[in-house]
Amino acid sequence: MAAKEQPIDKYSRELDAEVRHAVHDNSAAGTDKRREILWGDYPAPDALRHVAGQLKQHVVENLDRYLEQAEDSLRKRGVQVHWAADGEAANRAVLDILRARGAKRLVKAKSMVSEETELADYLAKNGVDCLETDLGEFIVQVDGDHPSHIVKPIIHKNRRQIARTFEREGLGDYNDDPEVITRRARVYLRKKYFEADAGLTGANFVVADSGRIVLVTNEGNSRFCLAPTPVHIAMVGIEKLVPRDADLPLMLNLLARSATGQRLTVYTEFISGRRAAEQPDGPEEMHVIFLDNGRSEVLASDCRSILRCIRCGACLNVCPVYRQASGHAYRSVYPGPVGAVLSPLLAGKRFPELADLPKASSLCGACNEVCPVDIPIPDLLLRLRDRAKREGIASPGTPPMGLWASMATSPGLWRAALGAGKAMDLIPKSWIPVGAFQAWHASRDLPPWGGGRFRRWLKRRRAEQAATKEPS
Amino acid sequence: MSGDREKIFQAVREALAPLKERAPRPDYDPGLVSTVKAGEDLRKRFAERWRAVNGVLVDSPAALKAWLLEHGHRRGYCDPVLMEAVGKRLGPEIDVLDTFERARPDDYAFGITRASHAVAETGTVVLEDRTTSARLAALAPWVHVSVFPAGALLPDLQAAAARLGDDPNVIWVTGPSKTADVEGILIEGVHGPGVEVVLLLDDAAFPS
Repeated sequence: MAAKEQPIDKYSRELDAEVRHAVHDNSAAGTDKRREILWGDYPAPDALRHVAGQLKQHVVENLDRYLEQAEDSLRKRGVQVHWAADGEAANRAVLDILRARGAKRLVKAKSMVSEETELADYLAKNGVDCLETDLGEFIVQVDGDHPSHIVKPIIHKNRRQIARTFEREGLGDYNDDPEVITRRARVYLRKKYFEADAGLTGANFVVADSGRIVLVTNEGNSRFCLAPTPVHIAMVGIEKLVPRDADLPLMLNLLARSATGQRLTVYTEFISGRRAAEQPDGPEEMHVIFLDNGRSEVLASDCRSILRCIRCGACLNVCPVYRQASGHAYRSVYPGPVGAVLSPLLAGKRFPELADLPKASSLCGACNEVCPVDIPIPDLLLRLRDRAKREGIASPGTPPMGLWASMATSPGLWRAALGAGKAMDLIPKSWIPVGAFQAWHASRDLPPWGGGRFRRWLKRRRAEQAATKEPS
Repeated sequence: MSGDREKIFQAVREALAPLKERAPRPDYDPGLVSTVKAGEDLRKRFAERWRAVNGVLVDSPAALKAWLLEHGHRRGYCDPVLMEAVGKRLGPEIDVLDTFERARPDDYAFGITRASHAVAETGTVVLEDRTTSARLAALAPWVHVSVFPAGALLPDLQAAAARLGDDPNVIWVTGPSKTADVEGILIEGVHGPGVEVVLLLDDAAFPS
């Protein structure tokens, strides 16, 4: 069977048992916390999800208008707006801004788009020191690893592994107490903030009519990236817009509850330009780089509703496949159900490499049920499976369905098969030489064959209807 | 990169062109998300929610002084505007400075700054760039003290969003800096304050 295995099964099989348990338990805890706080605070939270979904769909389908409005509002606030069609252009824009200031040291807060563009590697090659400051992302960076969850980047690591990393990096003797680990990171990173020439962030939302970006963190690292530093660069996907400030409470309430089971994240920042004239600390200039990097292609596809996503990670936490396989199994920046849709789409020409991901799902629908913007993920997965099939992309691990397909599309064959199926009632089940069937049959009985019953009923009904109509 | 701008807008317009109609903006009441009832005691709600996120709440400079001494914080920063009303009432046992020197951020055990508003719904203090005397003073010390008058209490996030205005950097702070990155275990005081204190003054006691 190994040759026919899907890549995600291979990752799951090879995953360290300890890691699997950590990922499973931490994800499950996230799902529980989300449910408790959402249903505890709102009598009908699904109504909120539906409205938020409609709002984001409206933004997605009016992206041209809202992007223009956002650009205009940001510029009026004194923010410099840049556009990048792909990751390379975005990285170059960052480098150009830094070089114009002679900046050599960048501190950065969590940003999924910068993972997409592999910004840190690009800057390192160009002589700029780019340091991750979110605790989890920092650990991932010094380990040369990749985040495995959108919100909890080191869900796949335990404290002992982290303690060994800190020991190796000269951050103190081996100590796996999470409090000690956190204090050591605090001391180390604090020095780096004060030495930095610029701070880079993503944006959770960009408000089109008021021209502000919204950032949410719990650690406060994005705030620290923007306190002693003279330059602020925000790298943002073009789909991150909301129309008005008044839409923020809806989105923020859902984001925090869905992501971490909090009512609100600890630091929610609303930034629209350089620091105030009265303020001694903070950036003297602010840049926003809007990144396409495949999003306009997603917008053109029948999967555009995935662009509603606000990156809360709730679909990862609830997904039975993610819980078994962990994030690296998705081989891309975005893991879990959202990644199974978004990653193959963003891959552009490399779609075939990730076309197996949409099949790594039982279509149970849990991802849609927890999604704060109500993305019909199972439906999108089916569309992508269909696309892969149409494009003739090989599909390891899928049983051959050719015989079934020709039967199901030919009425004559189908009718014949329905009749022949009756034989199943007559032959002893132990004769059937299929291992999987025998395993299934060991604890269950096959119900009597009912094939053809509906056709017979329909035929009879038609005949009866014809008979009753005739006299009139 | 002006070429990229045109490229992106063209691609977006082409992507949307085949849509026969575009999804309308949902007509929803933004108040839908509020969990605060009309006539609810905002001070009570704020206190409950602020404590739920492990915030410390005191209601007078004397109480703040007692708390600081109890926890061994004897040197810190105070916004000059609050010096009369708060800073000078902490002495002489506590050393209160009116400048925050960025070269020595770890010399300050606490930083006292003004909050513009607070949100009862979530237990959140609102810091605006124009009235926060120094971003670093509200961020670098282990203890941050936000001071605001009872009249600055807003019911919910909706009211706070409506007041974002034209300040270039508004920040909603809901408890101390924290992480659960390591095995999901909650640790407070990652980069920012490990303790967030609110000094809630009567309106008359707050400097105008």
